[in-house]
Amino acid sequence: MDAKAQIRAFITKNFYVPDGTTIADDASLLEHGVIDSTGVLEVIGFLEDNFHVTVEDTEMLPENLDSIDRIAAFVARKCGTPA
Amino acid sequence: MRSAVPQLQDYLAASAGRLPDKVALVYGARRVTYRELEESSEALARGLAARGVARGDRVLVFGDNTVETVVAFWAALKADAVAVLVNPLTKSDRLAYLLADCRPTALITDGHLEGVWSGAVATPHLKVLAVSGRVNPALRAGHPTLVPFDDLLAEGASRPPIANRNIDIDLASIIYTSGSTGDPKGVMLTHRNMLTAASSISCYLGMVEDDVILDTLPLAFDYGLYQIIMAFRQGARVVLERSFAFPAQVLTVASAERITGFPGVPTIFAVLADMKGLASFDLSSVCFVTNTAAALPVKHIEFMKRAFPGARIYSMYGLTECKRCTYLPPEDIERKPTSVGIAIPNTEVWVVDERGQRVGPGVVGQLVVRGATVMKGYWEKPEATAKKLKPGLLPGEQVLWTGDFCKMDEEGYVYFVGRMDDIIKSRGEKVAPKEVENVLVSMPGIREAAVIGVADDLLGEAVKAFVVLETGVQLSAKEIQNYCQSKLENFKVPKIIEIMDELPKTDTGKVKKTGLR
Repeated sequence: MDAKAQIRAFITKNFYVPDGTTIADDASLLEHGVIDSTGVLEVIGFLEDNFHVTVEDTEMLPENLDSIDRIAAFVARKCGTPA
Repeated sequence: MRSAVPQLQDYLAASAGRLPDKVALVYGARRVTYRELEESSEALARGLAARGVARGDRVLVFGDNTVETVVAFWAALKADAVAVLVNPLTKSDRLAYLLADCRPTALITDGHLEGVWSGAVATPHLKVLAVSGRVNPALRAGHPTLVPFDDLLAEGASRPPIANRNIDIDLASIIYTSGSTGDPKGVMLTHRNMLTAASSISCYLGMVEDDVILDTLPLAFDYGLYQIIMAFRQGARVVLERSFAFPAQVLTVASAERITGFPGVPTIFAVLADMKGLASFDLSSVCFVTNTAAALPVKHIEFMKRAFPGARIYSMYGLTECKRCTYLPPEDIERKPTSVGIAIPNTEVWVVDERGQRVGPGVVGQLVVRGATVMKGYWEKPEATAKKLKPGLLPGEQVLWTGDFCKMDEEGYVYFVGRMDDIIKSRGEKVAPKEVENVLVSMPGIREAAVIGVADDLLGEAVKAFVVLETGVQLSAKEIQNYCQSKLENFKVPKIIEIMDELPKTDTGKVKKTGLR
């Protein structure tokens, strides 16, 4: 599984996505109520454990974490691999 | 203010008259002036009235912290209606309950919440369904009352002014709160209630026109809403954020906007205390920091003094039923760090025993609140109301029996001891164990469930569920949490789930929760 697929799998398994809807790769997770403030911390925990990256406080920004696309791109930048 | 007929919305009108071009609200890239807010809320009010929203009607506002939600709140008041703000994390079942309970004639919401409201709005009372953001064209056919928010604004702008008839003892808002039975109860608040609370709190906080208040708390939570009311009372500015989910982003904005007021709940301060990079944000403009919703742990007070040097730190305590009971004057925080302080200005508090007799210093009893902040009761729940509102000192007067155990010291400072019911406070939000238990046992495969709060550094209390499965059934904690997430707001979903063979019971067969702690 590539990074984006792993991230999607984590999010759909661990958070509530309403029945019959699929969350688009570029959709805001916060706006769709998929994650909230403690959810953001869970996502970070997953990235740190799974991809062996360290997420700094100053990186906890919507541009890095608020959609599956953005999380994948963020992980790619942190790992130095193309998204 | 029209001094003879004070109404909450006069705060906005007066500030707009005095400071029309001042930026009242900052939201992302949007900077909205007092004039713009006054004009849009006036137009929305007229649009609502033209479509049949009448005096005393409820207007339910179901949205995130956005400019539209702020405009909708003021518009409801300007239409002589009662504003009911609902948390955007609310799921369909609960929204349907609220719509049936207070029977609003208007629902103002946003396109991205369509999945929640579209199934719940088939109610005969609804005359207007105003939707901001993207409106699904397919839905318009099935909902004849649906109108895009901006269209309703345009419609209202060409309408004549509304001849307001409300007086200050009319309802301004109903704020729903979790009751111990699990059914939400609507706290009825008049203009007089809210004007009194807003004046009292902004006075002891020393708020001024130059204040810039950061508001990350949900507008559906009374303290989030009061930031707007109190700032507009002063002609100050609010920097509104959707939430505190991305602390670095919020702090960047807070620093750039030179905020002076930082209202929070313990979970926000716990997140800040854990941030290694906090010092890289310039928060030197902050003059006051306030905490509410749950008692402030002493270690957080120490942290706040370091993080906001020179700022006044307010530890406060209250409940929606009277907005706020007490505050600890900042100069007393060293001397009495575990106290929640003294009665807020223009109110009185005391402690009584089971017979209603006042008790002396150091004796634990129930806290009673007297003042114009005390609610008018729970919407259409006379029995629940009778438990909380009891005759006061003067004929006809009612005082609030808070249901909280407190004690007072010799100087009259209050110490919060605990709640009389089993409500859990998680992330500053109230969670009724019964509501969570009802959802758990509705899940196929679960036979019994018991829910308690357990101490948690981040959340204050975490929701913990003990679950007994039907014979032969296997369910993982994650499956159970996912089910709960489909029915409950995120903060009510059990953080910890323990699967047990049986629950501890009393001789009469009731679940013995003390046996679970």
